[in-house]
Amino acid sequence: MINTIWIVLMAGGILVAGFQCLGLDYSSAEGLMMNPSFVPLTDLTKGLFDSAKASVNLAMGLIGIMALWLGLMKIAEESGLVKLFAKAVRPVMVKLFPDVPPEHPAMGAMVMNIAANMLGLGNAATPLGLKAMQELQSLNKVKDTATNAMATFMALNTSSVTFIPATVIGIRAAANASNPAEIIGPVILATGVSTTVAIIAIKTLQKLPRYRMPAVEPEGKEV
Amino acid sequence: MFQGVINGVSAIAIPLLILAIVGHGWYKKVKVYEVFTEGAKEGFNVAVRIIPFLVAILVAIGAFRASGALDLITGLLSPLTSWIGMPGEVIPMALMRPLSGSGAMGIVSELINTYGADSLIARMAAIMEGSTETTFYILAVYFGSVGVKKTRHALPSALLADLAGIIAAVVVTQMVFG
Repeated sequence: MINTIWIVLMAGGILVAGFQCLGLDYSSAEGLMMNPSFVPLTDLTKGLFDSAKASVNLAMGLIGIMALWLGLMKIAEESGLVKLFAKAVRPVMVKLFPDVPPEHPAMGAMVMNIAANMLGLGNAATPLGLKAMQELQSLNKVKDTATNAMATFMALNTSSVTFIPATVIGIRAAANASNPAEIIGPVILATGVSTTVAIIAIKTLQKLPRYRMPAVEPEGKEV
Repeated sequence: MFQGVINGVSAIAIPLLILAIVGHGWYKKVKVYEVFTEGAKEGFNVAVRIIPFLVAILVAIGAFRASGALDLITGLLSPLTSWIGMPGEVIPMALMRPLSGSGAMGIVSELINTYGADSLIARMAAIMEGSTETTFYILAVYFGSVGVKKTRHALPSALLADLAGIIAAVVVTQMVFG
C-alpha cells in the first residue's frame, strides 16, 4: 500500500513538474501558446533537497522530548503506576469483553496496551498489543477467524482515547510552537468521539449475519 | 467557556502527569534518577530510527507539492471537505492517516514547516495525528501475528471510527482555534 502511495507521490510530482516545463498557455487569444522553461524542474529539485534536510532537523529536535517521555514512562513502569491504572479500568474491561474471563492474562495485556496508547506511546504499545492478541488467540476456537473480543480490542486499539499525544507534541515543540501541548484537550475530545463510534460500531456489526462467527470446527480436525 | 476548559486541560495535563509519575516513584522508593536515565537512553534510538521514514515521505510529499500536483488534487476535493470546515491543505493528511503512521507524521511535519506550527492548518493536522491511528497497519500486524485471516467486522468498525475521529478533529479544531 505505502509503496503505491510513494510511487504516485514521487512520479506524479516529477511528471507534473515536467509537464509544466512546456509552459502551455490556454488563455492566450491566439490559441495554444508555449513558453518552455526548466524552472519548474529546478524548483522541484531544490524542493527535494530542502525536504531531505528538513527531515533530519526534525528528528534531531525530537530526541530530547522522546528521551524525557521514555524516561518518565520507565519510572511509571518500575513504580507499578501502570499496573495500578490497569486495576482501575478493570470494571470497564469486563463489560467490553464479556467472553474473556476477568482473570485471564489477555485482560492484563489489553489494559497495558490501551494504557500505553492513551499516553501516546505507540512503540511501547505494540509489543503489549501483540501479547494480548496471542492470549486472545488461546481463547479462540476457530483459529483463522477473529473472535468478538479480538475485533473489539482492535477497534479500541485503533481509535483509543489519547490523553498525551507525545510524538506530535514533540514535533510541535521541535518546530517552536508557542504552546506545543495546546492540542491535548482537542485530542482527548476527538478520540472520545472516535472511541464511542468504535464501540457502537463493533457491538452493532457483530450482530449482523454476514459477520457471524462460524460454527466451531470438530475436534481433532485442526490444521 | 468551552475553549477555557479545553485549554485548561491542555495546560494541566503534562505537569500533573509528571508530578504523579515522579511522586509515585518516590513513594514506592524507585531510584527515580537512575531509572529515568535508563529509559531516556531509548529516546535517541527512537528519533534516529525514524529518520529514513521521514526522509522518504517528506521528500515524496515535497516533490508532489513543489510540482503543483498537490494543488490539482486539493482543488478537486476541496468542495467536498470545505463544508465540514477542513482546509484543502489538510486533505492529504486525512487520506494518509489510516495507511501509514510515518507517512502521516511526515505530512504533519511538512504542514508545520510550510505554514508554521501555530497556523490553523498545522494545528488541525496535529490534532488529527493525535486522534486517529494507522488502522490498516495495526490490523495487518496484529491479526497477522496470530494467523487470523478472516477479520469479520474489525476493519469496517475501525474505519468508521477513523472517519468519526477525522471529522471530530476538524470540528473541535474549528471550535477551539478557528
